[in-house]
Amino acid sequence: MNVGRMLGQGQRSRAPKLDLSHNIILYLEDISVSFDGFKALNNLNLYIEAGELRCIIGPNGAGKTTMMDVITGKTRPDVGSAWFGQTVDLLTLREPEIAAAGIGRKFQKPTVFPSHTVFENLELAMAGDKSVWKTLFAKLSSEQLGRIDEVLRIIGLTERVDTLAGGLSHGQKQWLEIGMLLCQDPELLLVDEPVAGMTPQETEKTAELLTSLAGKHSVVVVEHDMAFVRSIARTVTVLHQGSVLAEGSMDQVQNDPKVIEVYLGD
Amino acid sequence: MKNQTSFIGQLLRSDLGSRIFFGLLLLTAVLIPTLNLLTPEGSALHVPIYTVTLLGKYMSYALLAIAVDLIWGYCGILSLGHTAFFALGGYAMGMYLMRQIGTRGVYGDPLLPDFMVFLNWKELPWFWQGMDLFWFAMLMVVVAPALLAYVFGWFAFRSRVTGVYLSIITQALTYALLLAFFRNEMGFGGNNGLTDFKDLLGFDLQARGTRIALFLTTALFLGIGYATCRFIIGSRLGRVVEAVRDAESRTRFIGYKVENVKLWLWTFSAILAGIAGALYVPQVGIINPGEFAPINSIEVVVWVAVGGRGTLYGAALGALVVNYAKSWFTAALPEVWLYALGALFVGVTLFLPQGIVGLVARIAAKRKAS
Repeated sequence: MNVGRMLGQGQRSRAPKLDLSHNIILYLEDISVSFDGFKALNNLNLYIEAGELRCIIGPNGAGKTTMMDVITGKTRPDVGSAWFGQTVDLLTLREPEIAAAGIGRKFQKPTVFPSHTVFENLELAMAGDKSVWKTLFAKLSSEQLGRIDEVLRIIGLTERVDTLAGGLSHGQKQWLEIGMLLCQDPELLLVDEPVAGMTPQETEKTAELLTSLAGKHSVVVVEHDMAFVRSIARTVTVLHQGSVLAEGSMDQVQNDPKVIEVYLGD
Repeated sequence: MKNQTSFIGQLLRSDLGSRIFFGLLLLTAVLIPTLNLLTPEGSALHVPIYTVTLLGKYMSYALLAIAVDLIWGYCGILSLGHTAFFALGGYAMGMYLMRQIGTRGVYGDPLLPDFMVFLNWKELPWFWQGMDLFWFAMLMVVVAPALLAYVFGWFAFRSRVTGVYLSIITQALTYALLLAFFRNEMGFGGNNGLTDFKDLLGFDLQARGTRIALFLTTALFLGIGYATCRFIIGSRLGRVVEAVRDAESRTRFIGYKVENVKLWLWTFSAILAGIAGALYVPQVGIINPGEFAPINSIEVVVWVAVGGRGTLYGAALGALVVNYAKSWFTAALPEVWLYALGALFVGVTLFLPQGIVGLVARIAAKRKAS
């Protein structure tokens, strides 16, 4: 079992338990990231409440994706701090540890595992011990099978359970990726452009799904589709040139002269 | 839905290709020794002992090919240095065989192998200690390649070196070992390597019985190696491995430590290659630094590509086909071989991306459709 321990690298011990005693799930404070002199994020401050559904909008290059990269450990900021709840310092963790701590991410371009079936995609995402040794001998419990069935129903892919994910339509891939997030069962979901390339019906279903997730999970959605944002958002944050330009309800934000200048108006 | 029973049951229910592989392996293991032992020499059915050993050598190559397919076909890591592990396993076996020679060497030194006497060495270097013990030498067959692979992989995967960059480093690794092993000071016999082996566990290596036993041992290890790889690929870990190949960062974001997955698989693959090398050496009777040559590693990749990667049995088939072709070419048209090998690789890449196995599958599918 020594090998198992060596390969397992007890992720639990490194990621302390999520503490939501102040009702804030994510703190980003004074975060700056620059790439070759270009400031992708500039003194960004953002707080997400537990159970909130937050939409982030902003023109291209405003730093939306970079912000997600910082939260999930893909990019390290030059300065600033990022905390998950009261106790988890995101800047000290690597991607899998952050995922294990309870942050799930859906990419802008749908990324599923193309040569695995829909079922296997969900199986791989399923929460649990993901160390090498445990994975080698892992079997699905009936509880987990039930969970996968449930997720399949939610994302409407029950019929396609044995289809290779590579053969799904674009919208179905987006859904499968959301399904994988659900199996992962994170506390905080980061969703990057979920409705890009979806039909209006699919968009509507996605809006319903994300709205239903809020409350139990905290959801951060980055989206360009204004109608979609309007349909789901309670609070909207506008990013511009790497920092927060405005924050509030959709109506407040849309009437903010600064926002009109840089983003909505011309 | 996914009802996994025992491992054996899983194996029996496995895919058609694996069933054919095991069927043929069993048939070869039974038929070849039988035809050698029970038919008189000169009979049309007689299999000369030369052929038995040749097939044994091919089977050790097949095991090496499976090791490469495991990490290339399933995990997307193109190793152009896998013969480094093969050769290390081979050297460990060679050191054991050298120490069995004892006083029967040219210089008759009871302790020192001939090349050390020739170099005027007075005592056995520390890393030759214990290599006269079979169990210890066999341990080294596994430990030496595993250790090198682990250390190399730890640095490479942690630094997220991937793709062609990783391939180049593996190539450099085996080339560095080639140069090191060429040096007499290294204590591995320099460019002559280790040879003139007499016996293994007290059995004469030239004897027919020993040769057949080596052939059968190789078949056994090929079978075990294949089954273990199949087990890994069939497990959830196997699906994670393929996930790493197809979408590495996605795998990371759903919580798998990609570095550890790669490191584990890579080290296991190196162990298989080391075992293949240890089975190869007593059958060919020599191990020299030439085995580290980068071209050899590239050849292994060609075997896998020709057979059909990502199937395991395709890799074994490719090793057999290409080496058979090599034996034929190097006897009939020796100067043409390297060109033929190059042409084969280009041809397969252009016209048979799934290798022979893929071609067969396509023909079968077409026949079914019509």
